[in-house]
Amino acid sequence: MSDPTLLILLFFILMLAIFLGFEVISKVPSTLHTPLMSGSNAISGITIVGAILAAGATPNDTLSSLLGVGAMICAMINVVGGYLVTDRMLGMFKKKGAKP
Amino acid sequence: MTAALTINIAYIVASVLFILGLKMMSRPDSARQGNFLSALGMALAIAATLLTKGLEFEWVVIGGVIGTLIGAFFATRVQMTQMPEMVALLNGFGGLASLLVGWSAYHYTPQAGILTTSATFLSVLIGGVTFSGSLVAWAKLHGNLPSRPLVFQGQQLLNGFLLVLIMGIALFFLRSPATFSPLFVALVILSLLLGITSVLPIGGADMPVVISLLNSYSGLAACAAGFVILNNILIVAGALVGASGIILTQIMCKAMNRSLRNVLFSGFGSVVKKTRADKKGEVRPLSPEDAYLVLEAARSVVITPGYGLAVAQAQHVVRELGELLEKNGAEVRYAIHPVAGRMPGHMNVLLAEANVPYDQLVEMDAVNPAMDAVDVCIVIGANDTVNPAALHDKTSPIYGMPIIETFRARTVFVIKRSMATGFAGIENDLFTQENTRMIFGDAKDVVQKILSEFKSK
Repeated sequence: MSDPTLLILLFFILMLAIFLGFEVISKVPSTLHTPLMSGSNAISGITIVGAILAAGATPNDTLSSLLGVGAMICAMINVVGGYLVTDRMLGMFKKKGAKP
Repeated sequence: MTAALTINIAYIVASVLFILGLKMMSRPDSARQGNFLSALGMALAIAATLLTKGLEFEWVVIGGVIGTLIGAFFATRVQMTQMPEMVALLNGFGGLASLLVGWSAYHYTPQAGILTTSATFLSVLIGGVTFSGSLVAWAKLHGNLPSRPLVFQGQQLLNGFLLVLIMGIALFFLRSPATFSPLFVALVILSLLLGITSVLPIGGADMPVVISLLNSYSGLAACAAGFVILNNILIVAGALVGASGIILTQIMCKAMNRSLRNVLFSGFGSVVKKTRADKKGEVRPLSPEDAYLVLEAARSVVITPGYGLAVAQAQHVVRELGELLEKNGAEVRYAIHPVAGRMPGHMNVLLAEANVPYDQLVEMDAVNPAMDAVDVCIVIGANDTVNPAALHDKTSPIYGMPIIETFRARTVFVIKRSMATGFAGIENDLFTQENTRMIFGDAKDVVQKILSEFKSK
């Protein structure tokens, strides 16, 4: 990481994203807290991007690739499990009078 | 257009989808589409990453397929009563993924610059704590470990010692990462240990706070991993999750009137307070048959569930009771305390599963002002969240915690197995109040008995 401008830029993004996160999420009603948690959990599975690169973009280094594959498995469980279970839960939230 | 440019544009679109998705999560009627948008963003981010030049696909396919299968298997099988465990496990996997990404990056380029090394260090540390901490939380929720706080002498000293060791490692490791590779292994082990020792002393009813906090950590770990590989989508998505977890943590702490420090370090509920025999009032038991007679005449009923509802799996019979009461002309609402259950929103999910419409679920602040006009309040498996001592007993450990003021209803039914104390280990004056009737028994059995009374009449 020799490029300080890039780093500053990334920190800039980090700051904005944190504030954006606070703004967006503070409005979620408590009824939806569990789906919010499992849904945001699925988003934290974004580590999959790093995991793919760790698995596939580390040529001639088997251990690094293997660690990457392990990371991919974990992150993919997070992504697939998180989104599916959130969808299942939200499918159960119904308004009064809606067909079961 | 070069591949790198395409990938980055896709990442921007994915970030927008994540943000829109989270925004739509704030309303029950749009939440499901929101989740779908967010999933779409994830699919886009993954697809874009696969465009990276020179990717060794055999590794990628192995990892992707195995992870997808395991994730899909659990997500379709898990019971709604097991959601706290599921969320705890998912948090843990998120942490482990970040740890492994950091480790892989370190092994591939050990002698990186100080900033990358710092990011790797954080990614491994936060990831490791999240992983092992989540496993302990899972074991406590699942019953493999006792859910009471496990405290021993010098626990905080041990945690402090672990932290000092980790700082020490940082000092040497960051200066010259390649020459100190055994230190890296030590870092992995220590971070895992720290996760275990910090969650062990936290009791079952404090789990909503812990799960929210670990949720936040899993996002922060992703953020750190983003700095390792200099990738903006990891940073944006990780920060969003980190912020969301922190907000939930704050909401949960506020709902218990305790600071995060107190939740994490006090071992709350580990010491059972002596019962004050002098103030003990008279308990008035009631049979389900008599409960029916009262309910039959009630025009306004509030049901207040707690963790006991989940344990007894009584959500379906409770919904049935609610429907019968409505048919009988009563207004039925479910009053839900923010920390009822073992994770934020636990009760809401259970009742939604049982087909209770979400507009019948009311928050504490909405129901309390109207409590005086309620004919019958049925407390099912809740204890500390309805304890009036929180309002007027300054010596009570839960003093100051906002509660659902069930004691103000005209009649209160408490369905409970025995007179045992709740998580905080304190007496509940609600049970001996003049307008309270105790209906002893398993929540499901009791509600079923009341139901059959309704049906036979």
